[in-house]
Amino acid sequence: MSIWQIIIVASIAVLAIKLAGYLVPEQVLQTPTAARTANLVTVALLSALIVVQTIGSGQGILVDARLPAIVVAAGLFALRVPFILVIVAAAATAAALRALGWAA
Amino acid sequence: MSAASERREAWRASWAVGLAVAAYGISFGALAVASGLDVWQASVLSAVMFSGGSQFALIGVLAAGGAASGPAAIAGATLLGLRNGLYAVRVSPIVGPGWAKRLLAGHLTIDESTAVATAQPTLESQRIGFWATGAIIWVGWNLMTLAGALLGDLLGDVSAYGLDAAAAAAFLGLVWPRLRALQPIAVAVGAAVVTTLTIPLLPPGLPVLVAAVVALVVGIPDLLGRPGGPEPQLVHHDDVPPAPDSGESER
Repeated sequence: MSIWQIIIVASIAVLAIKLAGYLVPEQVLQTPTAARTANLVTVALLSALIVVQTIGSGQGILVDARLPAIVVAAGLFALRVPFILVIVAAAATAAALRALGWAA
Repeated sequence: MSAASERREAWRASWAVGLAVAAYGISFGALAVASGLDVWQASVLSAVMFSGGSQFALIGVLAAGGAASGPAAIAGATLLGLRNGLYAVRVSPIVGPGWAKRLLAGHLTIDESTAVATAQPTLESQRIGFWATGAIIWVGWNLMTLAGALLGDLLGDVSAYGLDAAAAAAFLGLVWPRLRALQPIAVAVGAAVVTTLTIPLLPPGLPVLVAAVVALVVGIPDLLGRPGGPEPQLVHHDDVPPAPDSGESER
């Protein structure tokens, strides 16, 4: 496959999944179990994405400057610091640790 | 809260989340070019696929395996996009009827538009949250992708600027307001453990989906739920998390 074919096929697949969700009848989510489970699925996916983004490196685990950066972010979120400032602080933490040579 | 202040709050959350997320589109553009895509290919991904997790997964696999890894790259992006289908079911009643509107809404159904919409207290403010967040991120994400792709060569190593850590922190900011009870906290911890254990065992993209099973195991039998507490409802939620930007909305 060419890179263009890969991009087009994958883009259509991801878009189709989004649209398919709108075809599911609304009643499906009107039971407490479905609503609760859908909420928890969101929590689980976001939590998993944090782990992948923080220590994932392809099919392996790599501890580097991202880990202290996410710890800083968690502390700032706990202190109710606004979202944008936390993101900047996390990036700055990782960048500083790398610039100082204290973390990869 | 009055209807006007609810509308203002929804707009404020949309801008705060939208601008922060759009800003790290620059890291996607730069990483896409570093993975061997050209500027147009990076831009088409952001315009059409428009799902950060799937986009990062696709370029991650292509960076490692090139065009020969096409099927794995497509599978990874698609699997990571499955959660958008769940979000669509969730926001479908907020969007309401009309096929053209639902088609457009489908394209804008992502983590952040869903999170901001479902965090608002009324249907009107939920609609504002969904459309405003989706539109702000679509425009900003595409502009920043283009900028990142063009600047990619100049920036060189994007990790030197901590952009990879910013992506992780953004996901943390989205889940943080949801962690107000034992049940979601247990699911978050369980999902993190499962992901950590399965990253070395499974192809990229799959650990995230396996982690979603934790939510099914806890959620369907309602393990660790609040005894006698109100059941969560889809709309007009009493205990929805506040806007995932700062916790200000609870003041």
